[in-house]
Amino acid sequence: MAKIKTFDFDTLSNHAGQRPDKETGARAVPIYQTASYVFRDSDAGAAIFNIERGGHVYSRISNPTNAVLEERISALEGGVGAVATSSGQAAVFNTIATLVDQGGHIVSSYALYGGTHNLMEYTLPRFGITTTFVDPNDIEGFKKAIKPETRLIFGETVANPRTEVLNIPEISKIAHDNQIPLVIDSTTTTPYLMKPFALGADIVVHSATKFLSGHGTSMAGLIVDGGIFDWESTDKFPQMTEKYAGFHNLSFTEEFGPAAFISRVRNEASRDFGACLAPHSAFLVLNGIETLSVRMDKHISNTRQVVEYLDQHDMVEWVSHPDLKNHPNHELAKELLPKGSTAVFSFGIKGGREIGQVFIDRLDLFSNLANIGDAKSLVIHPASTTHQRMSVKDLEEAGISEGLIRLSIGIESVEDLIEDLEKGFKAAAKVS
Amino acid sequence: MYLEVDNNKTYIATGSKEHVDGNPTMSFVHGTGMDHTVWTLASRHFARYGLNILAVDLPAHGRSGGELKPTIEDMADWVVQALDAAGQESTIMVGHSMGSLVAFDVAARYPDRVTSLAMVGTSMPMPVGDLLLDNAEKDNHLAKEMINYWSHSTSAHLGGSQVPGIWMLGKLIRLLERSGPGVIYNDLLACEKYTEGIERSKNIQMPTLLILGEDDFMTPIKDAKALAETIPNSRTILIPNCGHAIVSEAPNDMLDALATLI
Repeated sequence: MAKIKTFDFDTLSNHAGQRPDKETGARAVPIYQTASYVFRDSDAGAAIFNIERGGHVYSRISNPTNAVLEERISALEGGVGAVATSSGQAAVFNTIATLVDQGGHIVSSYALYGGTHNLMEYTLPRFGITTTFVDPNDIEGFKKAIKPETRLIFGETVANPRTEVLNIPEISKIAHDNQIPLVIDSTTTTPYLMKPFALGADIVVHSATKFLSGHGTSMAGLIVDGGIFDWESTDKFPQMTEKYAGFHNLSFTEEFGPAAFISRVRNEASRDFGACLAPHSAFLVLNGIETLSVRMDKHISNTRQVVEYLDQHDMVEWVSHPDLKNHPNHELAKELLPKGSTAVFSFGIKGGREIGQVFIDRLDLFSNLANIGDAKSLVIHPASTTHQRMSVKDLEEAGISEGLIRLSIGIESVEDLIEDLEKGFKAAAKVS
Repeated sequence: MYLEVDNNKTYIATGSKEHVDGNPTMSFVHGTGMDHTVWTLASRHFARYGLNILAVDLPAHGRSGGELKPTIEDMADWVVQALDAAGQESTIMVGHSMGSLVAFDVAARYPDRVTSLAMVGTSMPMPVGDLLLDNAEKDNHLAKEMINYWSHSTSAHLGGSQVPGIWMLGKLIRLLERSGPGVIYNDLLACEKYTEGIERSKNIQMPTLLILGEDDFMTPIKDAKALAETIPNSRTILIPNCGHAIVSEAPNDMLDALATLI
């Protein structure tokens, strides 16, 4: 059968969303550091305000630099459109706030970034939204947890830090059988390693602070609409299907069809909650995306060698990485993530927490900090930092033990990285 | 709003405004496998100007029921029935691609019902390649990919949407994927078979505007210009760096062009 040849990933990651600036010919994406935009005339201004004409009104709602980033991630993910937010956390919140009303319920994998867990476990209940957390490997558990008031299923592609791989095809079937969307946090994999829409997800969120930006320079989040979910198949989403008094009785599904969700995000969540992305940060994320595939290949190849090294080390109790045959999702990862699964993973050091601290403090190249997805290698002890607000029970459920050390493997020389880790182990051995 | 047209429940978008008796009317007809949502910006715009908007979902498209209409003439007759159902005596008639042929045919055969005509992304005849027709007949997804690919200019394949944050190729393929079995083939075949149209040009005496994309691969501008020469009271507005999907690639330019009709 004939095939349509569209632009490849590496071309889109460098060009999508941008047409070189007409006035100046600038090749790089200009940083439109402006709060607002002069209207051509009063009528054109009224038209942009009323969604009759494309354009920008105020940078809280849209901005030309951010728009390039929004189109680029949509192109790479295979979505219909996107909205940039001030952080990944804002992307998660704005997605939930768009879809779930007071009294609503979420079913989520319990293998989550600590900030997302905190939002769902402690903060959202203040607004009448509750969450049931489920073992990501317990497919039936997702089904059983769904209630009449459930409005979405949430999970991470490859969870941080225990690397559980979410079975998106199976869980999306459960979501769709219940007329609710599957929202996927794709931060650790990026569209280079996995395209969740092609597997059945409906909405993708990113912390673009991580691999997309790639250099640890900027806070940024992205919400991408797959344009697939049929909001009109159910009466569960009146905010999508009924007239919205907050915008002159606009019905998003009637007027925007496949782009209904992302249009609602922009015209409600961006407008009313205000978590907009700074255009300079969008520029930095765009610069990062230009080299995404090259960096991810290096992240993955370095990770494979580090995982192999750790797996054979006497001082390592266990390593949790889907590349390893003893990982419960080894086969699933090969199926869903053929280019490689993740550069963020964890291992347990023999001797527990104190020995782990000695190990971390001796490292020179690995930076001890609260981030992942930097070009530089990173290390952290989650139980005392990123996941410190979780109870002992929640930590156990998330598979985070006291001795767990999380690594985010960068793109330095892998020989140097392994030498650095070896120094850490030697220091730890002296005190154990 | 929903109306009963041809004994079937029919959806007609009004630009989020109710019709006002006595106000002028502007009607929009979508292209192959699409629906009223391609006209959302224009509908909302001209509704604010006070026009009664009728952006139809043709039978078995979008939210409308009924059976597919196999010819452009059948679709044009149905549009006139929709005008009747909405109580609109006459209208500015706007169509895109296949819809431009429908709008033309309404203007040619029911000239009293059309005050002016706009044909967006058009040509006459509007032949369809065998490869596309063959894949459409088999309901292959490839047919939708072909329409999506060829509808956009080369520059649009890299984006640059006038509507912030929208990936044009992603949005159109999702819209086409919503069309039911046989819809794309029916519509393409109707375009292919509409060969008498050029003979009817002499009936088009009302002001007519052709809005064309300079980089249109689906309905090349040379064919559209040949059509324009047969319509006495016609003007052509050429949009640079724009393909066939003018409704999504250049909605602002299209609005400005359409505004010259009122």
